[in-house]
Amino acid sequence: MLNLTWLIPVFPFLSFVLIVLFTNPNKKLSSGIAIGSVAVSWVLSWGVFFQSIAGHIGMGEEAFRLHVPWLPTGTEWFPMGVNVDPLSAIMLFMVPFVCLMIFIYSVGYMHGDPRYSRFFAYISLFACGMLGLVVADNLLMLFIFWEIMGLCSYLLIGFWFEKPSAMKAGLKAFLTTRVGDAFMLAGMLLLYSQTGELTFAHIFAPETLEKLTHTQVNLGFLGSLPWASLLAMLIFGGAVGKSAQFPLHVWLPDAMEGPTPVSALIHAATMVSAGVYLVARCFPLFTAVEAGPQLGLVAFIGAFTALFASTIAVAQDDIKRVLAYSTISQLGYMIAALGIGAYVAAVFHLITHAFFKALLFLGSGSVIHGSGTQDMMEMGGLRKHMPITFATFLVGTFALAGVPPFAGFWSKDEILADAFHQFTELGVASWPFFVWLFLTLAAFLTAFYMGRQIFLTFYGESRRPHAHAHESPKSMTYPLIVLAVFAALLGFAGVPEEFPVLGHLLGGNPFHHFVGHEFPATPLNGLVMLISVVMALGGLFVAWLVYGRNPLKEGQPDPLIQALGPVYTVLRRKYYFDELYQATFIRLALWLSEIAFAFDNKWVVDPLVNLAGKAGVALSNLGGWFDRTFVDGAVNGVAEVVGWMGGALRQTQTGRVQNYLLAAALAVFVLLVISVVV
Amino acid sequence: MVPLSWYLIVAAALFCIGLYGVLARRNAIGILMAVELMLNAVNINLLAFWRYLTPAHMTGQVFALVVLAVAAAEAAVGLALIVAIYRTRDTVNVEEVDLMKL
Amino acid sequence: MAQAIFIILSLFTLGCALVVVTNRNLFHSALYLAFVFIGVAGLYFMLQAEFFAGIQVLIYVGAILTLIIFAIMLSRDLMNPNVRGFNRQWWAAAIVAGLLFLALAVVLVRAPWPAAPTGEPSPAFIAELGQALVSPAYVLPFEVVSILLLAALVGSILIARER
Repeated sequence: MLNLTWLIPVFPFLSFVLIVLFTNPNKKLSSGIAIGSVAVSWVLSWGVFFQSIAGHIGMGEEAFRLHVPWLPTGTEWFPMGVNVDPLSAIMLFMVPFVCLMIFIYSVGYMHGDPRYSRFFAYISLFACGMLGLVVADNLLMLFIFWEIMGLCSYLLIGFWFEKPSAMKAGLKAFLTTRVGDAFMLAGMLLLYSQTGELTFAHIFAPETLEKLTHTQVNLGFLGSLPWASLLAMLIFGGAVGKSAQFPLHVWLPDAMEGPTPVSALIHAATMVSAGVYLVARCFPLFTAVEAGPQLGLVAFIGAFTALFASTIAVAQDDIKRVLAYSTISQLGYMIAALGIGAYVAAVFHLITHAFFKALLFLGSGSVIHGSGTQDMMEMGGLRKHMPITFATFLVGTFALAGVPPFAGFWSKDEILADAFHQFTELGVASWPFFVWLFLTLAAFLTAFYMGRQIFLTFYGESRRPHAHAHESPKSMTYPLIVLAVFAALLGFAGVPEEFPVLGHLLGGNPFHHFVGHEFPATPLNGLVMLISVVMALGGLFVAWLVYGRNPLKEGQPDPLIQALGPVYTVLRRKYYFDELYQATFIRLALWLSEIAFAFDNKWVVDPLVNLAGKAGVALSNLGGWFDRTFVDGAVNGVAEVVGWMGGALRQTQTGRVQNYLLAAALAVFVLLVISVVV
Repeated sequence: MVPLSWYLIVAAALFCIGLYGVLARRNAIGILMAVELMLNAVNINLLAFWRYLTPAHMTGQVFALVVLAVAAAEAAVGLALIVAIYRTRDTVNVEEVDLMKL
Repeated sequence: MAQAIFIILSLFTLGCALVVVTNRNLFHSALYLAFVFIGVAGLYFMLQAEFFAGIQVLIYVGAILTLIIFAIMLSRDLMNPNVRGFNRQWWAAAIVAGLLFLALAVVLVRAPWPAAPTGEPSPAFIAELGQALVSPAYVLPFEVVSILLLAALVGSILIARER
């Protein structure tokens, strides 16, 4: 099965091609092909996953690799191929399965949309991109699939392009991630120029890392850094963009303009986690330099984003926006974990988050589908009308908030435990402490805003009594149920070994063994666990206090507005980041483009071209005049001369014999004279 | 003695006078008369050469005889033609017999 | 002496020839043509080609001239000199003829002819002529000429007969 790894991205790609070229008119066939292709990829992926567990596939040199020489570069060939190691295997476990659930869900959600087939074509291409990214064995291939996903994200966010807000949101997403991608590309290019390699197995070889650590690059007034640090930070730029971390987080909330399956697939489970995957994949590069700035940067951005985004989520009314900021926040958890070296914890949280976030988004989609609105202030009492959605949404909420024994608790706790353990060794003035503090506070806020969401949406009386709410069709609820099962139970794969009873019962943290056996296991810390449980339950309790005890009635404003006052406005307006960017970068970019346009259109390029055109016309006029006067004159002149001569000579053809004889006599005379004289 | 060249000059003069007549006369019969002049000039030439250069040979005489016979035949046919044309066209002016002219 | 005769004869011949080609009256032209023929016969006498002189008078004056006069008679309308006898190019013709004569004269004078005859014609001249005509050397032209005369005879009758 491992030999067929390369086929995994191929099937969704074929589905894309088939739908675009052939089956676009046939809606059922299109979605059938898409679902079928992802199902095949899923089967192959799980085959690869289980085989790699059984075969003890390792990281780096022990990974399974298949590659072909692809691009001639100088004297060698640049290879492209697939790489299966524990990280990609675990991603292969999660990605195609979640994709499949969402594809099935989309059949119901997108029913009746006029561009139904095109939707499935786009998400198939996206699936190809994500799967290709996961199995890529070099940075170039990863980047190619990274960009394919970026393209699909743009296409899918702006899927309903009749809405100007959707169009703008798609463009915003694409351009913002582009900024990150520029850094990443710079990092890739510099890496290639330094090492001549982009293949993971080679760039993470100890010799290469040695060389990169000990050679310095001079950045002028910024001082000098080891190459490894600089490259890590540049590549991290790509992750910041793609995973919507501060300061490039602004695109993800607006990306909610796209259809909800898109939000679930791209902006919760897969594409945004690609940034985390990238950092995890390049983890050797990040950890090459001890005490370098790169990890500190990563940890800071991650932790800051986690807290920052969760504060904004508290003041949002749109059900999907809350989840969007939640995603940003949770990605911050993962990034922060990587920043403090908690590789296994970060990957674990990546996997569990994918499941329960997808579940939450699909659930919100179901709510939107059933109630007809996205504004939580207009919902209420949906528990009675949409029981399955409510139950699964509740499971997702508990998982996200970190309530044991659901999946999110185990993964979040491992990060916090790792941070705590580190700062107890390093002291309070260290990144791990910062990370632990911020992430714990963020955990409280996470539980609070999720509780708020549950109470506003599902409890109380409906604040739109005239709108009838109904449960969603089976094609939408079945995936919800399946994902809920995973959200509930997946955490047990990563229970720490030292946990009483359950630890050994569940195989002694099989996740850790598989993914990161070379990292030391985090020691179990009861205090941290207790604190995180308190945060989770505490947050939910406060939410109940505010929203659940006296559910809001129709038209009643959010109590937080009064409680927080002007702080609420700042939160609601997302700390005015969009306005800040608009006033600075966007205005600058627009001004530059105006100048470039004027340069092209008014001042230089067009006038030059027009001048060249006019010169050409003038030249051709000159040529024409010359042609008409001289050439034609000559030709006409010749004709006229000939005509005149003809007219003159015609006179000699009198038709009279005596005239001809005279001419003959004259000729005789002339010949006689010539023969005499000469 | 009369030099040969004198004879030849006379013949040449007669020839040229005949030539003038051929070229300038309108009447067909006039032209024919001028042609006879030219033929006579030729005969004078031939006989002068015979007498001065090869008087023993008969060639000159025979040639001159042939020319004479041809002249006679030609005059006969030519005049017959002229008479025939006169009968149909009612003219002997060569400039008026121009049906074949474009 | 011979030269004087020659000159008189030549001038006479040439003068009559001039009249032949310039006279408007066709009948007068024909008569002057007779004088020309006689003058030429005289020249033949001076060349000691007596046979030819006789033949000349016989044939030219006797036959051809008669024929010409008959033809003139048969086309009577043009005997009156109302219509112009010369066409429009007469002056060009005169010039060309004159030039040609001059050129010929120059050539003839310059050429190295022997001034005196190189021999005498044989006394039994006519007999030899007759012999020669039927000799293998000249019998062919002789026969051809007779056929020619036959053709001319037949032809002219055919052309000129009344329908």
